[in-house]
Amino acid sequence: MSHDHDHDNELDPFAARVRALETILTRKGLIDPAAIDVIVDTYETKIGPRNGARVVAQAWSDPAYAEWLKRDATAAIESLSYTGRQGEHMQAVFNSVDTHNLVVCTLCSCYPWSVLGLPPVWYKAPPYRSRAVIDPRGVLEEFGLTLSPATKIRVWDSTAELRYLVVPMRPEGTEGWSEEQLAELVSRDAMIGTALAKAPD
Amino acid sequence: MNGPQDLGGQMGFGPVAPEKDEPYFHADWERRALGVTLTAGSMGAWNIDESRHARESLHPADYYSSSYYQIWIKALETLLKRHGFVSERDLEAGEAIDPAATPKRVLKAENVPAVLAKGGPCDRPMAEPARFKAGDPVRTKNFNPTGHTRLPRYARGKRGTIEAVRDGFVFPDTNAHGQGENPQWVYTVVFDGTEIWGEGADPTLVVSIDAWESYLEPA
Repeated sequence: MSHDHDHDNELDPFAARVRALETILTRKGLIDPAAIDVIVDTYETKIGPRNGARVVAQAWSDPAYAEWLKRDATAAIESLSYTGRQGEHMQAVFNSVDTHNLVVCTLCSCYPWSVLGLPPVWYKAPPYRSRAVIDPRGVLEEFGLTLSPATKIRVWDSTAELRYLVVPMRPEGTEGWSEEQLAELVSRDAMIGTALAKAPD
Repeated sequence: MNGPQDLGGQMGFGPVAPEKDEPYFHADWERRALGVTLTAGSMGAWNIDESRHARESLHPADYYSSSYYQIWIKALETLLKRHGFVSERDLEAGEAIDPAATPKRVLKAENVPAVLAKGGPCDRPMAEPARFKAGDPVRTKNFNPTGHTRLPRYARGKRGTIEAVRDGFVFPDTNAHGQGENPQWVYTVVFDGTEIWGEGADPTLVVSIDAWESYLEPA
C-alpha cells in the first residue's frame, strides 16, 4: 500500500487503529498527546546518524579519543552529549584492514538510537535479521559492498542491552580534514557495517 | 521461546532491499505508533523484556506479515489489556468505555527530553564475581524454554570463547515474566562460523552474541 500522501492514511485501517488507541489512552488520561509530538520531533529532527558520524570523525582525528571510545564507548559518546534511550550501554567496534564488522539484532530490532536515531525498515525486517549471521557477504553485496575474500567478517548479534557502533576505516586522501568534513563521509550504513566510509570526491 | 522473532539463519525471506534515502517514517501513523508505544511504556507497568515478549508472542503468520510498527502496536494492545488500561470493549468500539488501572506516572511533554536522555539503564551491581574470564572456552546451553529468552536458537549448544566480560545486567528470561530482575553477568561470546553453520559455512566468519551467565557452561 502506498503511503505517499497523508490523506491516503485516512483509508488505512491500521492508521485508524493507531488513532483509536491514542484516543482511548488520551481520554483515560494515561498519555499526553503533546508528549508524542515531542518524541516524534526528537527522533525526526534532533537524534540521527549525524550524531554517530561526529563520534567517528572525532575518533579519526584524535587518537586519545579513539582509545577512550574503544575502552568506554558510553562515556566517550556521552562527552559529546549523545546519551539516552537505546544508547545506555555502548560499544564501539573498529574496522581494520583484516576485519569488517557488521551489526544485527536477530531477535528484535536493537539499535543504538542515541547515535544513529531510529533504525531503517530493512534493519528490522526478516531478510536482514535472518541472513546477516549466516550469509553476511551476500547481504553486503546487496548494499553494493564487495569485501576482499581475505577480509574476516565479524557479525555482532545484539542479543543483550549492549548497543554497537561500527567505526569504519578512515578513507585515504583525507589528511588535514576538519572533523566536520570527515563526518560528511560517514553514513548511517557505514556505522552499521553495511557500507564503508565514503571516499573523498 | 522458539517464536517468529528468532530469525538468525532462517531462509526464504528474499533480498534485503535497502531503500535509498529512506525517511524515518513512511506514514503519519508510524509517528504516532512510536510515540504511543513510548508514552504508554513510560507508565511503568511493564519493562522492555515484557514488551519484547509480547511482540514475539504474536502468531508467526501475523508477525511475518506485519511491519515493525504494526508489531509494536499489536503487542502494545496486549500489554495494555494485560495490565488493565484498556479493555477489549474499548478497542472494539475505538472509544474509552471501561475504567483504567492507575498508572505509576504519565509522561508529560515537558518531561520528554529528560526521560529520553536518561534512558533505561539495565546494568546492575553484582555481588558475586564473574564466573568466566576473557579467553575461557564455553558451551552455550541447549534448551527450548517456552518463555522469553535472549539465547537465539542458532547459538544453542555451540562451543565458543569468552571475548569480553561486560557488566551485570537484568536477566530478561525472568524479568519478562514479572519474576524479578535477577541480574547476571553478561559476556560477549564469539563463535566460528563453521561451529554454528557447519558444512559450507563462510570460513572467514566469526559471530558473537551477548550471553547471560546462565546461558553458558565451561567447555
